[in-house]
Amino acid sequence: MARIIVLTSGKGGVGKTTSAAAIAAALALRGKRTVVIDFDVGLRNLDLVMGCERRVVFDFINVINGDAKLNQALIKDKRNDNLYIFPTSQTRDKDALKRDGVERVLEELKDDFDYIVCDSPAGIEHGAITALYFADSAVIVTNPEVSSVRDSDRIIGILASKSRRAERNLEPVDVHLLLTRYSMERVKRGEMLSVEDVNEILSIPLLGVIPESESVLRASNTGTPVVFDHESPAGRAYIDAVARFLGEQREMRFVKPERRSFFRALLGKA
Amino acid sequence: MIARFLDLVFPERRHSAGIAKDRLKIVLAHERASRDVPDFLPALQNDLLAVVAGYVEIRDDMLRVNVGKSGDTSLLEINVEIDGANIKPVRKVSTPDRPKPAPRITIDRGSPVPWAEPG
Repeated sequence: MARIIVLTSGKGGVGKTTSAAAIAAALALRGKRTVVIDFDVGLRNLDLVMGCERRVVFDFINVINGDAKLNQALIKDKRNDNLYIFPTSQTRDKDALKRDGVERVLEELKDDFDYIVCDSPAGIEHGAITALYFADSAVIVTNPEVSSVRDSDRIIGILASKSRRAERNLEPVDVHLLLTRYSMERVKRGEMLSVEDVNEILSIPLLGVIPESESVLRASNTGTPVVFDHESPAGRAYIDAVARFLGEQREMRFVKPERRSFFRALLGKA
Repeated sequence: MIARFLDLVFPERRHSAGIAKDRLKIVLAHERASRDVPDFLPALQNDLLAVVAGYVEIRDDMLRVNVGKSGDTSLLEINVEIDGANIKPVRKVSTPDRPKPAPRITIDRGSPVPWAEPG
């Protein structure tokens, strides 16, 4: 029986799709059968980030409407056998995402997968609410910046009141913070909210801190989830985050500046 | 070099993150408090206002309705401010000319009023 994880944030542009791709790929690397679903109807992008945009034939809305079968729409990742991508539709009809239809598709997916990762659209409209409604776990993607933190707080409130688990008085959605685009140098200079600051304000368990990294843009340029780049600090941070999600203890990396070696200090280099 | 000089002259300059944190704490405290406000609150406020206005002169901003929590108990808090000097009995008027809504709130007289407890 699959566990449903939603990646959500309220605010746009904080790295939801990048994180959804990375987390799904990292789960697959850990041997978990994983499908990542794009809920951003009309603004399909997960396919590009996952590098399968030319293989999309049928989509989520086709399956909901019964115009295609699930196995016709699921795209198997070429890099990892455990990973599947479920693209969304480019239709302008946002209401095409019917809640009962979504539920039916998720139920069908639950039998075949260990994890269903839902990439939410930005905002708190229909698409975002539908993406989080069925969640068992939520990863709140947040940038260390005022508007993102505020919107995250709003989304945490919505998860606590509007999700299916909330409506049915079940155990609440298990909520995690993922702090992305973190620059420890700027934090050190007092220019950016620190991980401790954000933690104190939102007070939800911290899943990981993803450093601002050039490799993230390189990954989306090439359509490769960043966890497949073994050199990437961001990729390693996502791998750690997923390990923590699976219950492992891992020390937070990339939150403290690395100690300067004696020689570099002597040469005066940063 | 210039940055260091500016830091010396304007020590506050560096702490924009601290400002961000303080502002967020304040705004979120407000937003969290008003998050679970029921939809009927504005309508209730209007009805109450009409009733009170039948007896004393009152301005819209003198009656406030809030929903809060005290431990496990949800509270509906109604504050009516009366300007002492301006209390003038008003002719009793009938409350709003729309059909009377069925009472939605029942008062359980058996249990003590939680906010009346001392302390």
